[in-house]
Amino acid sequence: MSTASYEEALERLAADDPRIAVLTAENRASIRGLSTRLGGRFVDVGIAEQTLVGLAAGLAARGRVPVVHALAAFLTMRAFEFIRTDVAIAHLPVKLVGAVPGILSEANGPTHQALEDVALMRGIPGMGVFCPADLDDMLLGLPAVVADPSPFYVRFNARPAAWSHAPFVLGRLETVLGTLEGEDVHIFVAGGLATETFEAAEILIRRGLTVGLSNVRTLEPFDSEAALSALENAAIAVTVEDHFLRGGLHTAIAELLVESGLSRPLLPIGFRGRWFKPGLLADVLRTEDLTSDAIAERVRDFHSACVTERAS
Amino acid sequence: VRRRIVRLATDGGCFLGASLSCADLVVYLYSRFLRFSGPEDPARDLLLLSKGHDVPALYATLAELGYLPEERLENHLSTSDSIYWHPNGSVPGVEFHSGSLGHLLSVGAGMALDARWRGEDRRVVVLAGDGELDEGSMWEGLLVASSLGLENLVLAVDRNGLQANGRTEEILPLEPLEAKFEAFGCPPIRIDGHDFAALDGAFSAVPLVGGRPSVVIAETVRGKGLPSIEGRADRWFCDFTAREVELLLRELDGAHEAELTSPELTVR
Repeated sequence: MSTASYEEALERLAADDPRIAVLTAENRASIRGLSTRLGGRFVDVGIAEQTLVGLAAGLAARGRVPVVHALAAFLTMRAFEFIRTDVAIAHLPVKLVGAVPGILSEANGPTHQALEDVALMRGIPGMGVFCPADLDDMLLGLPAVVADPSPFYVRFNARPAAWSHAPFVLGRLETVLGTLEGEDVHIFVAGGLATETFEAAEILIRRGLTVGLSNVRTLEPFDSEAALSALENAAIAVTVEDHFLRGGLHTAIAELLVESGLSRPLLPIGFRGRWFKPGLLADVLRTEDLTSDAIAERVRDFHSACVTERAS
Repeated sequence: VRRRIVRLATDGGCFLGASLSCADLVVYLYSRFLRFSGPEDPARDLLLLSKGHDVPALYATLAELGYLPEERLENHLSTSDSIYWHPNGSVPGVEFHSGSLGHLLSVGAGMALDARWRGEDRRVVVLAGDGELDEGSMWEGLLVASSLGLENLVLAVDRNGLQANGRTEEILPLEPLEAKFEAFGCPPIRIDGHDFAALDGAFSAVPLVGGRPSVVIAETVRGKGLPSIEGRADRWFCDFTAREVELLLRELDGAHEAELTSPELTVR
């Protein structure tokens, strides 16, 4: 596991590339040390997300690569039109880093729950969407995401890694578990529930199922080819995301199934039509049936139901 | 420049009233204030049209100066070109696209910040409408630009007193504007935006306050130059017949007011 921090990784990138500027709307938790170490190339505009994004677009139009930080809910929603209109229409290389997305907002409440951020960003033409599984995954992907000429949304996730990651290839998913001989279940995960999903897969394997697991690192560009191969190779599929079921990973897989003409039973795990009950992470996972055990149970029940249906 | 603008107010039309109010300001900026020897000049000052729908004033000025081929204005509203009701960034001379109000002050601040980081003496002028000052993002942007000390940034307000449907002071009062800007650290100059000597007086005093963005309030008249539409809330977006355009062009030359029968358009 990596011992580096996001802040150190970003500082290294900035040291190598003078185009990089670090901006924040008073969201300093992950970049506190950079205010002094980057000197002038660190700008805190205060709690002003619209101006943050507009300023970044102006810098990018003049050749900079701004890496912009704000809470995911406010970055993607308060400043949405600035992202869509100033950054995306001009296809500027602004990197938007959303803090405490999805389940990571813990006890803040629905105001802070970015559960539609991926849907919003994925809906913008040309916008990349990176949903790292954990800190290691985020640090593996960061250099490629920053170097890419496209605008990118990064769902900040500094949770400890549950497995040792494969190298990051922009636009490709990571096959974490898989067998070519056919799987009972293939699980796709994006973002903050990667650890619980990985552990759920291990539980299911111990119980005798063959399980594949794909870490869908980028929802955009979306690795349709690998996802379709995984779907073809499995009897049933599951998506796990700390996001509303509309517009995120489940939607992407469902779109792929419809477009390809392939038919697979698909269990979506995420938030359906409501915000989650705020609390500390462990309590939220329990309350929302998102612990490793609960996910494994839900997948097993779905698998059993599919098998029973097929037999009858 | 006004003739070129008026010619765009047909076959689909344009925001004629709003373009004529800032035409003198745009012409002044390109002829006196901006250091600009063409859209590709790497050291050029930057003008951003934040209100956007005044883009005929920019295109007409660029055509007058020879930077925009005349024939492209004939492509106005054609899907085969990019000359439409709001600025498209691919047109040479358009430094940034716009159309949604309240965006380019923060974008301009980013450009001004980049210039400062590079040690350039480049200036950035953001031309905004007065109705645009209804947008909170204008004030948020000014608060940030002021705190960043962007002395190379100028906000020019086309104060024609009208927004889409009526007088700014009746829809959402902005006055006292001086006090508002002063409270943001940017005491403005208010001048007659159709008087070149007054414009020169204001812009040659930039930066108005050391270490702060400058604000110039240009008092203007919507539809300036065409008495038949001047100061009228209902002649903002205009789509006239070819005959009416001919009459308006004569009106620019001092003929009596054109008789306009095309319906007043309300597009907002």
